[in-house]
Amino acid sequence: MRRRAGLATIVLVAAGLIASAAPSSRLALPASPLSEQERVLHVLNRLGYGPRPTDVARVREMGVAVYLEQQLDPSRPPSAALNAALAGYDVLSASTAQLVRDYPQPTAELRQRVAQGDMTRRELRELIPAGRRPAAITGQLQAAAVTRAVVSEAQLEEALAAFWFNHFNVYSQKGAVRWMVPAYEREAIRPHVLGNFRDLVLATARHPAMLFYLDNWMSTRADPVMPRGRNSPASARPRPAGRSRGLNENYARELMELHTLGVDGGYTQQDVTEVARAFTGWTIDRPREGGSFLFRPGVHDQGSKRVLGQMIPAGGGERDGERVIDILVRHPSTARFISTKLARHFVMDDPPVALVDRMAATFRSSDGDIRAVMTTLVTSPEFWSREAYRAKIKTPFEVVVSAVRALDGRLETGRGRAAGRAAGGGAAELAREVGRLGQPLYEAQPPTGYPDRAESWVNTGALLGRMNFALALAHNRFRDAPVDLGAVIGSVDRAQPSQVLDRVLAVVLQGAATPQTRAVLTAQLESPEITRTTGDDRVASDTDVEELAALVLGSPEFQRR
Amino acid sequence: MHRCTRRSFVKGGALALVALGVAPRFVVRTALAQSRAARSKVLVVLFQRGAVDGLSMLVPHGDPDYYAARGSIAIGRPSAAEGAVDLDGFFGLHPALAPLKPLWDERRLAAVHACGSPDTTRSHFDAQDYMESGTPGVKSTPDGWLARGLAAMPGPDASPFRAVALGPALPRVLRGDVGAVAMTNLADFDVREAAALAGGGLTASRGFESLYEQGVRDLLYGTGRETFDAVKMLKAAAPQRIQPANGAAYPRGRFGDSLRQIAQLIRADVGLEVAFADMSGWDTHAAQGNERGQLALRLKEFGDGVAAFDRDLGDRMRDVLVLTMSEFGRTVRENGNRGTDHGHGTAMFVVGGDTRGGKVYGRWPGLSREQLHEGRDLAVTTDFRSLFAEVAVRHLGTPADPLFPGFKNRDYLGVVGRV
Repeated sequence: MRRRAGLATIVLVAAGLIASAAPSSRLALPASPLSEQERVLHVLNRLGYGPRPTDVARVREMGVAVYLEQQLDPSRPPSAALNAALAGYDVLSASTAQLVRDYPQPTAELRQRVAQGDMTRRELRELIPAGRRPAAITGQLQAAAVTRAVVSEAQLEEALAAFWFNHFNVYSQKGAVRWMVPAYEREAIRPHVLGNFRDLVLATARHPAMLFYLDNWMSTRADPVMPRGRNSPASARPRPAGRSRGLNENYARELMELHTLGVDGGYTQQDVTEVARAFTGWTIDRPREGGSFLFRPGVHDQGSKRVLGQMIPAGGGERDGERVIDILVRHPSTARFISTKLARHFVMDDPPVALVDRMAATFRSSDGDIRAVMTTLVTSPEFWSREAYRAKIKTPFEVVVSAVRALDGRLETGRGRAAGRAAGGGAAELAREVGRLGQPLYEAQPPTGYPDRAESWVNTGALLGRMNFALALAHNRFRDAPVDLGAVIGSVDRAQPSQVLDRVLAVVLQGAATPQTRAVLTAQLESPEITRTTGDDRVASDTDVEELAALVLGSPEFQRR
Repeated sequence: MHRCTRRSFVKGGALALVALGVAPRFVVRTALAQSRAARSKVLVVLFQRGAVDGLSMLVPHGDPDYYAARGSIAIGRPSAAEGAVDLDGFFGLHPALAPLKPLWDERRLAAVHACGSPDTTRSHFDAQDYMESGTPGVKSTPDGWLARGLAAMPGPDASPFRAVALGPALPRVLRGDVGAVAMTNLADFDVREAAALAGGGLTASRGFESLYEQGVRDLLYGTGRETFDAVKMLKAAAPQRIQPANGAAYPRGRFGDSLRQIAQLIRADVGLEVAFADMSGWDTHAAQGNERGQLALRLKEFGDGVAAFDRDLGDRMRDVLVLTMSEFGRTVRENGNRGTDHGHGTAMFVVGGDTRGGKVYGRWPGLSREQLHEGRDLAVTTDFRSLFAEVAVRHLGTPADPLFPGFKNRDYLGVVGRV
């Protein structure tokens, strides 16, 4: 892994040698039809969660190339502000075993009492405080995700963490997965977001969260050792329901379809079966108690396997799964599939073939170095093209986080969390709003994760939700996520509506408002509700900044990044 | 009342009147006029996402190979306690679907078994995509078959609620040029005015509407405009005030909520023609259960929901047809974890309208090894397009051609039609 990181540095240095125009930077950026202001906005919106009020000036001053270099190499420790903001979330650092102890599932006995009517659900809930129920784990994670995206300076790292989690999605509400998700994100996803793709696949493949979510922990050789079924000899020990007794294809199929090759990547049903055989025995040691990865030789299929035409000899044991991953990550389909998904997320819904080709070439030549692939992306003419500028529709998560950043909103702990309630505080309020807008974090049920195309997020109900969110945020309806619109308009005179409008547009849209939007909002200023007039002389006395800010946050322009 | 197009009507005087809440009856009358016109039929499409096990849902208890292939997850014979609910001596409903049996007895429920896609993918994502685009094997199709069908029969007075999907996202099947509405909750389908937030006026709704009124007609602006048409109409019709009738009790949860709200839209006469809802949790790779257990719980929610919907609408069900679907079925053999893996053919239901019920349609391909698809799955003997086309053409009255490009088979099963 170190070696691969070194390779990326060499690529960067080589790029820098050619870039004589920017001596302070080693990244060579192509010519772009975008203005300097647009280029700054593009990196802040596209590689992160949009600008905070001071970000545009800051990035302009340091230069876009230097900013990109920093974003591609976020090795500096997290800021004190981020550490402080995350301090209250104990699930972020706790082991799965610790979480099982701290956030216990109601015991079988208690659940039975509820089922039999001896105890009401309310009584059960009162027995375990809200902040210590299993659902609080997901609540904390959701709030932490919002916090990181709002506060972290390593914006690209955050965007990639969300991207890779979604790519290797697990569903927190499936069985024991809930207790495993904090460790999954911390150990399998985050260390590798700009690292090597093989490491990422292997880390997810071995993680209990993935083993449980896609059922591989239960998959065994087709002819299990123990006698089984209804015809078992009476002397055989009774086996608990759901215990491993044969092959399960679920992980094998999604590993190829969704994690590596892509659905048209050239594999067959026979390949699915062979890959499933290779992963037999990759299981979890005591999954309900927070156990870790375990290889059980006794249930592993020891025979030879043939995957995508390549032979895996018999007797490979635990190594079989790693051999499969080696075959898959080096397959040309994987380079294309991963490059396409990255380009779709960071460039446009239907990325240009030429760009995907170059990214895939980098993927192969660097042996899956994600930083190198991302470098190809951000130094491409396609990324800097007019067609790519503001071409992506924000997801609900991106809308909420970028709105809070635009207004420099604060995330306060709130009385709720201080009192030990489940996931209180402003970040939790906003995370619930993300869920209401259709993207509950860590709760995408299918292994595909959430979609990454405009048509999945733009519909009538969703737009209404976004407008209502804009109104709620601007009117300080999120109690512990307050925005200070007084600070936004600064010294501008509230009695001068057009100046207030200019200021709000400058802060929230940073010059990206279309002439039509400006005209519509100017017309709105004549409404007596927006421009509050005095009774006698009908002179503007005050401007409804909250309403104006809400309109701008709910405008078509703000839905794009 | 003079005739005018919906858009000019909405844009004209009624806009302000509705916004002020003084002229809702005018709007309602228009909607009523639409729903009483020739096209008063409603199609309700229910998608079981995740591939429902058709062999447990509609049990071929008369096929001896069924019990040979399935060990712990088989549904018992009708003669057994808690066994399948017999329909015709060969097929039976899963016992959790017992509330649907009266519909069968009244010949208002039909089923099609061994139904599915000509494409053999076992990817949930691809198979759902194909079932919604209506073009198996072709991924580039931009729109869905229901949207194409509706778009081919436009009317000047088509309601903004012609096509509604319950849920946060517009499903693939309704994407296209019909302006389908996606909503989670009828009561939330409005701009929360500043009046309720901070004591202001009605500026937010007007402001947002103006912002989306201008600009090119792309996805974002076009959707914005449709949003405000829909908000105004819904405000006037107030379907959320309509309570379930005839003692109908919907199951708790998103699926029951979706069906309850579809019934409200139908009874409020907002001009609904197509409604869509989905339900997940069918991907039973492990611990599927038999008469009881994981799948039984899902089926109970599903069956209770459809039965409540039917009861709620009462006589209105003569104009309402429910079609259920799932992207594929599951392996005939039980897997190593008392579950089933991705398969091929599955079962679909048709309820209400002019359904020729009391019959399981389609040729039964059998379950012995040599009869299975690729030696493991229930074969497909009815192309889903054949069933969907019959429903759309005979119930809704859409033209057949745009529904399924390239599919020429017009030999309908005869599931729908006046007896």
